[in-house]
Amino acid sequence: MDRILFGDNQFFAVNHLSDEKSRAQSIRFKDNKAIIDVLDTAIELGIMTFMCTTHDRIADICKHIRANNTRYKDFKIYPCMPYAHKYANAVTELGILGTLKAYLPGNIFSTLAKGGIAFAKKDFISMMELLVDVEMKMFKGINTPVIFIQNVVTDLILGLGMKEFFIAFNNYIKNKYNAEAGYITMNMPMLLDTLESCGLKNPIICSSINKIGFRMSGGIKLYEKTIREKKIRPIAMQVLAAGAIPPAEAFEYVCRQKNIESILFGASSRAHIKQSRDYISMYGN
Amino acid sequence: MIRTGIIGLGKMGLSHCSILGAHPEVDLVAACDTSGLILEAMSKYSPIKVYTDYKKMIGENELNCVFVATPTKYHAEMVIYSLENNLHVFCEKPFSLHINDGEKMVRLAKEKKRITQVGYHNRFLGTFNEIKRLIEFQVLGDIYHFLGEAYGPVVLKKKGGTWRSETSEGGGCLFDYASHVINLINYILGNITNAEGTLLKKIYSKSVEDAVYSTLFLKNGLSGILSVNWSDETYRKMSTQITVMGTEGKIISDAQELRIYLKKENKKLKLEKGWTIKYVTDLTAPVNFYLRGEEYSAQIDYFINCIKENELNNRSSFESALQTDYVIELLKKDAERR
Repeated sequence: MDRILFGDNQFFAVNHLSDEKSRAQSIRFKDNKAIIDVLDTAIELGIMTFMCTTHDRIADICKHIRANNTRYKDFKIYPCMPYAHKYANAVTELGILGTLKAYLPGNIFSTLAKGGIAFAKKDFISMMELLVDVEMKMFKGINTPVIFIQNVVTDLILGLGMKEFFIAFNNYIKNKYNAEAGYITMNMPMLLDTLESCGLKNPIICSSINKIGFRMSGGIKLYEKTIREKKIRPIAMQVLAAGAIPPAEAFEYVCRQKNIESILFGASSRAHIKQSRDYISMYGN
Repeated sequence: MIRTGIIGLGKMGLSHCSILGAHPEVDLVAACDTSGLILEAMSKYSPIKVYTDYKKMIGENELNCVFVATPTKYHAEMVIYSLENNLHVFCEKPFSLHINDGEKMVRLAKEKKRITQVGYHNRFLGTFNEIKRLIEFQVLGDIYHFLGEAYGPVVLKKKGGTWRSETSEGGGCLFDYASHVINLINYILGNITNAEGTLLKKIYSKSVEDAVYSTLFLKNGLSGILSVNWSDETYRKMSTQITVMGTEGKIISDAQELRIYLKKENKKLKLEKGWTIKYVTDLTAPVNFYLRGEEYSAQIDYFINCIKENELNNRSSFESALQTDYVIELLKKDAERR
């Protein structure tokens, strides 16, 4: 994986500190062109991986990338699925069954369709695979070497103890998409223990890692120890703790944790992207 | 270890299940639901025993406590049965559909000396607790107005759906969304005792309201405005905000930040003249397991802790949730008058 991964929260009005900032972002990135311009800026600054959720609007960005494939030939996307709010809002309105019916492809009541068979047989692994395919559709023809499960889903499965899904996801991503599976979590040490117990060695795990211990369940000391001593390929996200830590201090801390493989950040302006990139190269590894 | 069971595996039930499953002091023994699909998935892949009959689940597992996360119309029956079997009970919100049911549950819990809690998770958010604290310190001088708001994208087009689209089953924006804001106003500012000019507006739904607007009057003489709409797609997810205005300044609080404006510096509380912004990162205590927000884990940690300490005085007790139900009733009656 590249040292720097470019994130997408800023494009979709995700701001962990302020609803008002969210709104401002939502206005700024109303048009896809605004998103593409920022991506192009990141590429100019040497950042070649875009880690993004499977938001509907990413489909349009993918179209643009496919249409300009020479310009983006070295560009990689790390999809993170699912876009949880889409399902969460649907579950509030339609219930869990209704949501599955709405999002599983084909007619799930037809036993001739793959979705129908999986549904009738209560074959949950196949249902999971079908939902992965639905989310992956938009990335057809684009280089996606690592594919992630979003933290809400990872952590839900982790708490429920449904380990088989981690294994099945890993296998499916490898076999069908010739890619590596990644896991986003807010509970990194606990997740690593679980993945190891499933035989998933040296996994790619993306989690909050920051100087003030924000969203680092289990505590900052345990995170530092895990990164130092265990077999894991960590990606640090929420490095700035949603803006609570000044950038220099924030990147200095993360770069000091020796075994962190990649650092994920999002930014909207050239100055901010460049500043973050420069801090990361200045503090090195 | 606290032996725990869950009744209802919808969105909240599954979320509780996951948090309880990861809790070091909880032994999540059993879960109960009527959906074959969910039960099959649980029994196939999780270590939890599954049931379709909650009475059987309670009968067979020597539980200490139970989480009730079914549609609201089933709460009373299940909570009462659980209390009669001497279990501590965590019940999802809204608490009851009918006031007499709610009163019965409160009475029985007192009689049985059981620990009770309702899932009004905003009471466990750092920002809302901070605004409550600042108001108790009277930093705003004489408070003359408040505004309680919540907006989100739940119903965005015309169609029927689940129990949430039936008001007789506890659906609708008033039960589902506005209850959170009402509960929060009761918590931060004091109990609401009257409502006027209530408007329950249908936007897309046929049988329930999608928006709730009202003027609220509190026992302590304070009045303010309630404005809630679950058909607002300019919000990515539910967004709740409380604004309080006083002679000495104003505070605006949502789940992420607290914006405080003071006419004069407050040295004791280290608040500057003019604007002070406090962020959730400064106000939120870390949790051992994070799923959808610290508050969801914090409310469960708190409940489990109350059981361990036998602490009957709960921050989000049945009684406090019943106060919210009274206000829901009040708003319905006021709206019907028009």
